[in-house]
Amino acid sequence: MTIDFLVAALMTIITASTPLVFAAVGEIVAEKSGVLNLGVEGMMIVGAIGAFATGIVTGDPVLAVLAGAASGALMAFIFGCLTLWLLSNQVATGLALTIFGIGLSALVGHQFVGVTFAGLPKLDIPGITDLPFIGPLLFGHDALVYLSVVSVVGVAWFLRRTRTGLALRAVGENHDAAHSIGYPVIMIRLMAVLFGGVMAGLGGACLSLAYTPLWIENMTAGRGWIALALVVFASWRPWRAFFGAYLFGGITIIQLHAQGLGVAIPSQILSMLPYIATIVVLVLISRDDVRMRFNAPACLGRSFHATG
Amino acid sequence: MSAEPRLRLEGVTRRFPGVLANDDVNLAVEAGEIHALLGENGAGKSTLVKFIYGVQSADSGTLFWEGRPQRIANPKAARRLGIAMVFQHFSLFDAMTVTENIALGLPRSFTRSGLEERIHDVSRRYGLPLDPGRHVHALSVGERQRIEVVRCLLQEPRLLIMDEPTSVLTPQEVEGLFATLRQLSDDGVSILYISHKLQEIRDLCHKATIMRGGRVVAECDPATRSTHELAELMIGSDLTLPRRTSAAGSASPRLEVRHLALASSRLHGTPLNDISFEVLAGEILGIAGIAGNGQQELMDALSGETPLPDDHAIVVDGTPVGASGPNRRRAAGMVFVPEERLGHGAVPQMTLWENALLSGAATSNLVTRGMISGARARAFAAAVVRDFDVRTPGVTQPASSLSGGNLQKFIIGREISHNPGIILALQPTWGVDAGSAAAVRQALIDLAADGAAVLVISQDLEELMEISDRLCVISQGRLSPPMRTMDATASRIGLLMAGS
Repeated sequence: MTIDFLVAALMTIITASTPLVFAAVGEIVAEKSGVLNLGVEGMMIVGAIGAFATGIVTGDPVLAVLAGAASGALMAFIFGCLTLWLLSNQVATGLALTIFGIGLSALVGHQFVGVTFAGLPKLDIPGITDLPFIGPLLFGHDALVYLSVVSVVGVAWFLRRTRTGLALRAVGENHDAAHSIGYPVIMIRLMAVLFGGVMAGLGGACLSLAYTPLWIENMTAGRGWIALALVVFASWRPWRAFFGAYLFGGITIIQLHAQGLGVAIPSQILSMLPYIATIVVLVLISRDDVRMRFNAPACLGRSFHATG
Repeated sequence: MSAEPRLRLEGVTRRFPGVLANDDVNLAVEAGEIHALLGENGAGKSTLVKFIYGVQSADSGTLFWEGRPQRIANPKAARRLGIAMVFQHFSLFDAMTVTENIALGLPRSFTRSGLEERIHDVSRRYGLPLDPGRHVHALSVGERQRIEVVRCLLQEPRLLIMDEPTSVLTPQEVEGLFATLRQLSDDGVSILYISHKLQEIRDLCHKATIMRGGRVVAECDPATRSTHELAELMIGSDLTLPRRTSAAGSASPRLEVRHLALASSRLHGTPLNDISFEVLAGEILGIAGIAGNGQQELMDALSGETPLPDDHAIVVDGTPVGASGPNRRRAAGMVFVPEERLGHGAVPQMTLWENALLSGAATSNLVTRGMISGARARAFAAAVVRDFDVRTPGVTQPASSLSGGNLQKFIIGREISHNPGIILALQPTWGVDAGSAAAVRQALIDLAADGAAVLVISQDLEELMEISDRLCVISQGRLSPPMRTMDATASRIGLLMAGS
């Protein structure tokens, strides 16, 4: 009985954390290249409606997921054009992108309110998935959960070990030097921003296809902002972001269960927890100025203008 | 064995809004030749080498590489031909290791395997010691330059462009670099050497091309010319050197610093360690040292931007000010000329008179009961512009519109016009043209002659030798005992700079 409850709780934590993993890891790549995209929330929600609408219309979960990724990438492309070529302010453009995304998704989603999606197929290996406790926890999820773990491994490896990853970090560290050596700063940043968009879109797809297979207006409910906070929380490292996402996802779910069990903590306090935790962590890691700046990409948020 | 030079430029012209940066420039560099490109700031040297290295295009003109006309679209294309460049401002990434930094500057084929061994090979062969695993932010400027040089040499270039490579090195490091460059020249590598330091061009270079105002004004063998002749070719007029009047000789200290210690608040900063010195009335004390040895921190502590716990660590004319901020120190008669002109010494977007107001509001009576007196502030700024020969259309121009030299003359003039008892200047002539630099130095000398105490912290050893009465050397946050300038030799100072 308690084991069943525990498994159920852990399963929901995993489902709740996966969107955060996608969005945070995508944003890490964008920020490592020096682009601060505050539009994660907007990209996520457009990814969510893109995936959901495609899922309902075609009934094909694979197409739905791809559509989610593409929607996020499209939003990121708008952001990239504005900030990288037209040199608009990254902070203002990111905020505008979020507001635009919330509005656009509400407009498109209007006709999908009240419709339910069948959900994503879950892995089911006969004999293994049925193992007690471990079976469902390790082998009973949809493809997106596994993809999120693969993406963390992949991004960590890409940033640390590959030459392209090195170039990407270099662009975020000192764009003038990277330019003078001969790296295409704008192109590398655009690719990083697009990757961030794809990942945020996938995060949104998780929400509308798996977490709550419904369209609800403004259903991301601030997860994009949590993902942004996670990036700093994790000091731009993919694995730390992964664990941070599970920590925050866990808090969200414990809050739901606590309500269900009648714990006398007002739900609003629990809803505040991830944000309070972020602020506390931000204060703690910002105290060590040197460390903070050593981890943070030095050119984060600065527009690059090739003066030659 | 072709008679064609390795690199030849013909009629290179590049126009920027308002300036002709390169005007019909011709240049030829032979194989194995160390060729100096000499000129003042703004003479067009940088524009020209950026064209050669493919960073910038030219409006017209042709580049011949070993006799063949080439269009170099970007630095990658330049490197493919065998052109490598060491920038004045290093293209390095602080948060990465030496190996990562070198890998970033090399074509992909280099980085697959054995890069660290190759770094070892090259650094041994040319006497450029480097530890591949260290992070760049922990390295000295000289070591950083070695990274750049090794990065270039790994590609076996046939033309190496060096942009003011010695401006940040100790005399010993300069000698090491020259030995490397001569060895490269013997190996047949051509070197295009950009500098405005005349003595080292005479020592090192086989040939010199002198630029002024975007044009080539002379070509010569620098060894056959005196530095004075070269300087006049470079400036195009007679150069007046600052006159040094003998120090007033009054023995009373105006600025006393006692056991100043400070942990650095800057990223990769240097903590200050038990620094004591005094500056006498009528004296110019010079503090030499390589960048990053605590000069910034010392300036922060002396200017009051970082107040100290011990009020008696800094005493101005008998008044302890160690714990107070810049305003109280200004009231006590100190003025400051920070290193960074735009953003620290002056607010770029504000007009000259507003900038004059910012530092002089209290001491020069430009504000009455909290209200700005615009007329007085403008008159004050206009007087600075007139007295210090600042070339500007008027005091309503933004500070950012002035050239480095003119803005520095304005800032120095603004501070001197407050009749200070003590002036602190950090790198007062950094990036300033020779004419303005001479004017700035003369202003400091005149101020000392009037009985003020002058403290100049600079990396430019020639400058300190020229103007200061006594010299100290700062190294890793420690200050050497002062020596009389007439007793100081370059090698002695160089050893102190290196921390021994």
